[in-house]
Amino acid sequence: MSGRGQMLEHLREFIKYRGLFWMLTYRDIRVRYKQSVMGFLWAVLMPVLIVMSGVVVRFAYAFTAHVPINRADVASVAVKSLPWAFLVSSIRFSCNSLINNKELVTKIYFPKEIFPLAAVMASLFDLFVASGALLIFLFAIQVGWNIRLLWVPLLLATIVVLACGIGMIGSAAGLFFRDVKYIVEVLLTFGIFFTPVFYDARMFGDKAKWLLLNPVAPLLEGLSSSVTGRPFPDPLWIVYSVAFSAVALIGGYLFFKRLEPAFAESI
Amino acid sequence: MSDVALRMEHVYKSFRKGEVFNSLRDLVPALTGRMFERRDLTGQDQREFWALQDVSFEVRRGEAFGIIGHNGAGKSTILKILSRIMKPTKGTMVVNGRLSALLEVSAGFHHDLTGRENIFLNGTILGMSRREIESKLDQIIAFSELEEFIDTPVKRYSSGMYARLGFAVAAHVDPEVLIVDEVLSVGDFMFQQRCMDRMSSILKGGTTVLFVSHNLKAVSELCSRAMLLKKGRVAVVDDTDSVVRHYLKDAQDLSADDESQPVYISKVKVCDELGERSTFESGQRAWIDVEMTARDFVEKLTVAISLVDERQYELFNTTTERLGHGRISLRPGESYRCRFELSLNMAHGTFYLGVGIRRHDIQKVYGPEAPSATVFIGSTSAVRGAVNCFPKLVESEIVPDSRLKEPPVVLEAPSS
Repeated sequence: MSGRGQMLEHLREFIKYRGLFWMLTYRDIRVRYKQSVMGFLWAVLMPVLIVMSGVVVRFAYAFTAHVPINRADVASVAVKSLPWAFLVSSIRFSCNSLINNKELVTKIYFPKEIFPLAAVMASLFDLFVASGALLIFLFAIQVGWNIRLLWVPLLLATIVVLACGIGMIGSAAGLFFRDVKYIVEVLLTFGIFFTPVFYDARMFGDKAKWLLLNPVAPLLEGLSSSVTGRPFPDPLWIVYSVAFSAVALIGGYLFFKRLEPAFAESI
Repeated sequence: MSDVALRMEHVYKSFRKGEVFNSLRDLVPALTGRMFERRDLTGQDQREFWALQDVSFEVRRGEAFGIIGHNGAGKSTILKILSRIMKPTKGTMVVNGRLSALLEVSAGFHHDLTGRENIFLNGTILGMSRREIESKLDQIIAFSELEEFIDTPVKRYSSGMYARLGFAVAAHVDPEVLIVDEVLSVGDFMFQQRCMDRMSSILKGGTTVLFVSHNLKAVSELCSRAMLLKKGRVAVVDDTDSVVRHYLKDAQDLSADDESQPVYISKVKVCDELGERSTFESGQRAWIDVEMTARDFVEKLTVAISLVDERQYELFNTTTERLGHGRISLRPGESYRCRFELSLNMAHGTFYLGVGIRRHDIQKVYGPEAPSATVFIGSTSAVRGAVNCFPKLVESEIVPDSRLKEPPVVLEAPSS
């Protein structure tokens, strides 16, 4: 069978099993919110913590630069923190999704990419819950809105696509090598220092392009500019991020499907 | 649509025995090590373990096919390959129709969800649509007998309840090909009986069933044909009765190979008028042919037979001596043959026939009295319990309440 034919076959099968995909997403959400402490923690407390630490960092910048902190800075930190929190939690959950569902992987046949993808979807649900809180916060501090808001769906979709790609690669690799989990954990912890979440890329002047090489950076900058009115990143950078995410998704899917037949006996 | 539901052709499956790197920390040094010292490639191959070798069989549409074999014979590997969880190393297989595999009925359960939520979850995992589950929900709950606890998280269930819910969901999937692995070994006796009934009705609905079990009774009740696997190879494919006999003969051969005994049982055969068999009607007559062979000079022997039920409870025993035959003496190489006649008055179930050699004056038993044959008694709807007393209903009437003031309606006495 040709490569393309096989891929179409895989996709058709995934569509056939979409009921299961939604069911597992529902399960992940339901289980997380059933233990109400956990649900609250993931959806609200984690983003609040990240936003608060961002505000603290911003205060430190303002203090050393002897300028007062303004509302736009706080809004920017808040708007960038939530997608980052989503990215971290979706990658964390999806990378462990195969190992956590060992029983199902070894006993029942269905397309296994359902696991990492459902984990991403469950984290997306958390993002929506947290976004509700964010909207209230943004209204409270009265930031301006502008026409760039129309970019938001594309930017968010690109982040979701990126998370799905990384999740598929991470979960498949993590099944064969148990220490992938720890490597991912370290990358997620320190990733925030290499990503403009608490700071803005423009602070680095003409060195900003090195930061924007991180595919998440243009997306976050774009999101932030839609509420702060600060300059939008060059659309070429957005194209770069979209292309990177698309490659991650397709490459991740092919990688996952290549390894899938060996899952049951290797886990 | 072809006539074949399942087919395997020359399927091989190997697993790697030796070390498998499951962390990058181990893999990286091993890879760099391998670059410097060339390893022996033939040594690599020896670490392969062949779980299946040249397995071919065919299951026809609507047929119930059993697979039996000792632990490690490769039964589960076959099921995993058929259900596409694993890929065969070599060979091809064909599955015609929607396949559902019940390898582990409660695999999809999440312990924090309630029974009801788990029905939806597990049903979806087993391939049912949401609408299908909704329409069968009441049936499933009723089958599991968990009405009271259906909205309780399953982590509070006992293991029996857990398994019941699992089977209840699984039993309501309507596949065209059903693969079942040992799921009937859960729950109490009544529940097992209902599982068997459900399986029979699934079969009557035209579903093809592939059934793997250690429970020989279940296999021979459900399946018309069976396959015996021995160390990853197909030993026999035949009708269930003869495959079960093969399986038991294997166990018997193992004990006959013990050369330290001066005398051993060389043959056990259970038959009726038509020849050797293992399934009987309750109350039917059976003949048991026993042959013992001497390696040394032995004297004053008697042959004993016994029937035990599945719980190893002895229902019956007798010996040649008690039946009036004198003690037997044999010279090396000589054999002794005898035929017992029994009426099988057990109600229904699986019974094991034990055959042994004893010498009463010095209280000696030659060889282990391992079960040499299995006797299945088919169920009769009239009788439950261990023994069939051949009941008949000879009289019945309704007696009116004598405290009623109205004169009771006098039933006409049966004219005798």
